[in-house]
Parts: sequence; structure tokens; C-alpha cells
Amino acid sequence: MKLIYPFLILLVSSFLPALAANYEIHNAEELVRVIKIAQDGDVLEINAGKYLINGLLIEKEINLVGKGFPVFDGQFKGEILTIKASNVTVSGIRFEHVGVTSVIDWAAVKVIESENVIIENNQLFDCYFGIYLSASNKCIVRNNEVEGIASNEQNTGNGIHSWKCDSLLIHNNTVRNHRDGFYFEFVTNSKVDSNLSVNNIRYGLHFMFSHRNSYSYNVFEKNGAGVAVMYTRNVDMHHNTFKNNWGSAAYGILLKDITDSHIENNTFDKNTVGILMEGCNRIEVNHNGFRSNGVALRIQANCEENNLKNNDFENNTFDIATNGMVVQNLLLNNYWDKYEGYDLNKDGLGDIEYRPVNLFSTLVERMPQVMMLLRSFTATLLDKIEKVMPSFTPENLMDEYPRMKPNLHEKIA
Amino acid sequence: MKKVLKYVLYDILKNRFVIGYTLLLLLLSFAFFGFEVNPGKGVISLLNINLIVVPLVSIIFAATNFYNSYEFLELLSAQPLSRGTIFFSQYLGVCLSLSLAFLIGIGLPVLFFEGTMVGFRLVLTGLLLTLAYVSMAFWASVLTSDKAKGIGIALVIWFYFTIVYDGLVLTLFLSLSDYPMEKATIIFSLLNPTDLARILVLIKLDVSALMGITGAVFQDFFGSAKGVWISLTALCIWFIVPVFMAFKKFSNKDL
Repeated sequence: MKLIYPFLILLVSSFLPALAANYEIHNAEELVRVIKIAQDGDVLEINAGKYLINGLLIEKEINLVGKGFPVFDGQFKGEILTIKASNVTVSGIRFEHVGVTSVIDWAAVKVIESENVIIENNQLFDCYFGIYLSASNKCIVRNNEVEGIASNEQNTGNGIHSWKCDSLLIHNNTVRNHRDGFYFEFVTNSKVDSNLSVNNIRYGLHFMFSHRNSYSYNVFEKNGAGVAVMYTRNVDMHHNTFKNNWGSAAYGILLKDITDSHIENNTFDKNTVGILMEGCNRIEVNHNGFRSNGVALRIQANCEENNLKNNDFENNTFDIATNGMVVQNLLLNNYWDKYEGYDLNKDGLGDIEYRPVNLFSTLVERMPQVMMLLRSFTATLLDKIEKVMPSFTPENLMDEYPRMKPNLHEKIA
Repeated sequence: MKKVLKYVLYDILKNRFVIGYTLLLLLLSFAFFGFEVNPGKGVISLLNINLIVVPLVSIIFAATNFYNSYEFLELLSAQPLSRGTIFFSQYLGVCLSLSLAFLIGIGLPVLFFEGTMVGFRLVLTGLLLTLAYVSMAFWASVLTSDKAKGIGIALVIWFYFTIVYDGLVLTLFLSLSDYPMEKATIIFSLLNPTDLARILVLIKLDVSALMGITGAVFQDFFGSAKGVWISLTALCIWFIVPVFMAFKKFSNKDL
């Protein structure tokens, strides 16, 4: 009897494709007509060409598959696709010209209250919002290229925007020239990996109240204000690259009220501030590389019980800056290229402590114009005196056992 | 002029001091670049040499050399030569030899290890600093016939621009911290050749840190092409004016 089951499954599965119909679409009218008659599970193959589409509503579980990148043009009149059904797939389509409004967040593809929607291999160009997921779970957004025409913060939307979602997978997307590259609010248990976020006017990545998410292997570069994440716990960020975020309010990553999180194996290159921590508790910052930043790490005095271990600090103008005298965080076994100690017992750890906050950076904090004296003899002299007798800088902010050699032996690009 | 310059130049180039200076710079450059894995850090170390050692050597050597060749100057004055010829051959001789020493000692290694815009700026500002401090040394030397006093003045000039000036600026900033001092920083930087040279290099080197300052007057000025030209012109003024003043004094001087 048991032998019959495999055959039964084979029999049933061979009938399944026959149940779903396949349609070939050549123009916009045909597309609208076919969507009306299509059944759940049908595949709509859309051929290359220009489709003038506005507010096309999809309420069935269908698959839209583009062949040779058909162009869906919204003519700046409004939204292009609105999906209100689960198990929908949208792939291989180029979306262009979504209208700009300040009342509704018009997007090229908007998913509303659905599950298991897959949006992949699409190109989005000059869209107000790119891909917008609203109250949707278990959706996959991957291999999309989103490019906006950024003018100012008010008239540009976010590249990939999610609100109140759960268990999303955002993988291998590229977002350029939008307001925020990736925006998540109330998004939980999601995975964001291998994405590229470049030249966005505000943040490369922006999330709030988005607990238990993981961000890995992403690159955030040249965004107006870097990356800012707020009011979240259990964040896991590893192997990301934050680079070239320059400006008086630009940060590699700004952490505001983040708790119980892990930031590991990331690279911070040439940012005005590598990491800014404000009101952060119990964060593990380990094995990160900070290279050529203005200030590698700024820890405000309202941060507690954060552990910073095994990080590399190389070629930064200032290693650590802070705004108070009390320090309740642990620095241990980091590599500091400015360390001048020695290692007599040859265990790879320096025998005297390293104090990463210097007097000059404290002065600059109070009077920015003092920056004029950066690297002057006077500034160096002041730092040396302060090192011998700390009085202006927090005395207990130090790495007791700094490493003699970098943890990561990557060459500086 | 050419003939006199040739004598002066030969005399200085044969000087063991200049050869030693060249070798010292060369050794330091190779040590810094060889020791640091990252050439950017080598530039930072060389910048310190540029700002402290190069001005000190230039000003002291030029002053001592002027007093040591005083008898030669007296001899030349007895010949049918204008004061201008005598003075400028002496001046050019010192300038050329020290510049050559600098170019070999720092210019070559920088070109080899860090042939970037930062490296170019380092060499250019170092060269201009050499000229500026030689000019100031000549001015100090023609002011007094007393060798000890002249070298003393030269030392004080170096000490003032390298250490005292920055201390004064810092004190001023501290006492006037309630006032907007953004534009003043530019003026303060232009008033010291050492500061100018330093800022011209680090505006490229520490760009990410400088971008962090709120109120972007300083980095806007020194980061723009106009600002760079103004600062380079100011550096040139720092060597043209002293040498002109020195020449004016020398022309009317009773040797």
C-alpha cells in the first residue's frame, strides 16, 4: 500500500501545471483584460514593449513575468502596481515614472496586507517610492535595481520601504538616489542582506521599532547622512560596509536607543563619524575595522554596558570621542594604531593601557574652530601632557590590554 | 651674477652640513614609509618633519651661512658688482641648495611611495616653507652684525611660528569661545607660514574629520580651489616680503 504514495504524488503533481493557465501579453489593454479573467496560480508572460499603466490593482494570486524587460510607465500620474493578494510574483519588469504627491506614498509596486509575495529581478527608475510593503509578511524582495532622480528630501520617496511587516527577505537589491535607500518601520524577524545603497539624499538604511532583524553583507556608501537606526532591540549587523559618508551630520551608522544588539565584522571606511552611539545599552561591538574616519567611534555618556572588543582602529583622525567623564562601557583587546606601548611577555597584548580619547578632540568638541590646530606641534604637546596626567579626558576610558597587531589583516582599499 | 652664484652654490653644496641634511631627510623618509604599512601614516610623520625640522634647519643654516660668508661679501663689495647681485647670489645659493636637499630627501621618497595629490602638496608646501624661512633668516641676519644676536633672532622666529603662535591662537580661542570665530580661523592661518603649510596638507589628509565641523567656513575656504590659490599666494608672500625687506636693508647697509 505504501508503494502507491509516490505514484500518487507524481500523478497529482503532473496535473498541477495544467490547472494554471499561461497567458502571453503584448499590450496594456490585453494585460488589464487578462488580469480580469485570470485565476489563482496563472502565469502572465509579459513581452517587451511599453505599457502605460496607472494604479493596476492585483487581487488574485497570479504571476507577472516580464520577458526582455517590458516597461511599465506610470506617466507621473500615480501608482503603477498595487498588490492586495498573497502568493503574487512580479519579476523581470522595468517600472518608470511614478507620480509625486505628498498625500499618498505612491510607489512603483505596493504590497498591501498580503503574504508570500515575491518581487524579483525588476528595474525601477524615477519612481517616487520604489517597492512599498505595507502590513505584509513573508515577502521576498530580491535582485532589484532601484534608481531615483533625487532632487530634495521632500520630493523623493524611499527606495525600498516596509511598514509593519514580518519575516521579510530583502536580498541583493541596489538602491540609488532616493531619500532613504531602505526604510523599515515596525518590521520584525526579517533578513536584509547583500544589498547596495548608494548616493541617497538622507539615509542609506533607516529603521525604527524593527526588532530581531539581521543585516549582513550590505554596502552603504556616500549617503547624505549615512545610516540611522533607532528605538530597536535585538539587531544583528555583521559584515556590512559603511563608507565615504561625509558631512557635518553624516555617520557611518547612527545608533539611537538600540539595545541588546550585535555589531560585528563590519567595515567603517572614511566616514566623518564611524559609529555614533546614543542611549545604547548592551551592544556587542566586536571585530569591526575602523579605517580613515574623522572620529571612529563616538559614545555618548548615556550608553551603558556596551562591549567593544577586538576591533581595529587604523588611520582615524580621532579614535574615540565622548561627551562626559563617566564611562560605563568596556574596551578590551582592540588594536589601536596610535598605541605606543610595548609587549614584554610576547602574548600579543600590550602591557600598558591605551587611552583613546585625547585632549585635543575634547577641545574640538567644545570649540570647533580649534580644529585649525589639528596635527600642530601645540596640539601634540597638549595630548602628550594629558596622557601623562589625565584631567580633562575620562580617566577610566581605556583599553587595558590593547592588541599589538590588527585582528583583521585586510589591506586598505 | 651667474658667476658669483656659481661660487656660492659650489661652496654650499660642498658643505658637509647640507649633505648631512639631505641624508637625514632621506633616511627619515624611507624609515617612515618603510615602517608604516599604510603610506598615509608615513605622510603624517613626514608632515611633522616638514613643519618642525625643515624650517629649523633652513633658518639656522641660512643665518649661520650668511655670517660665515660675511668676509666673502665684503670682498665682493670691493668689486664692481651691485649690491643686488651680491645679495641675490648669496640668497639664491642658499635657497637652491636647501631646496635641492629637500627635493632629494623628501620629494623623491614621496614620489616613490605616495605619488598622490597629498604627497604633491606635502612637497610643494615644504619647498615654500624652506624659501620662507631662508628669507626670514636673511632678514634677521642683515638686521644685526652680531652673529650670536642674528642667530638668536632666527631661532626666536622659528620658535614663535612653530610653538608660540599656535599657543596664542589657542588661548585666544579659549578666552573668546563665546564669540563666532569661524572667519578668524582663516585669518589666523594665513598669518603663519607653518600653519598654512600644515592646513594645506591636512585639508586633503583629514578630510573626513574636517567635514565634521559645523559651520563649514574653514573647510569651505581651504577645500575650494580659490582658497588653495589664496593660501599658496600667501605662502609666496611669506618668502617674497622678508627677502625684499632684507635686500632693502642690505643695499643701504654699511658692511
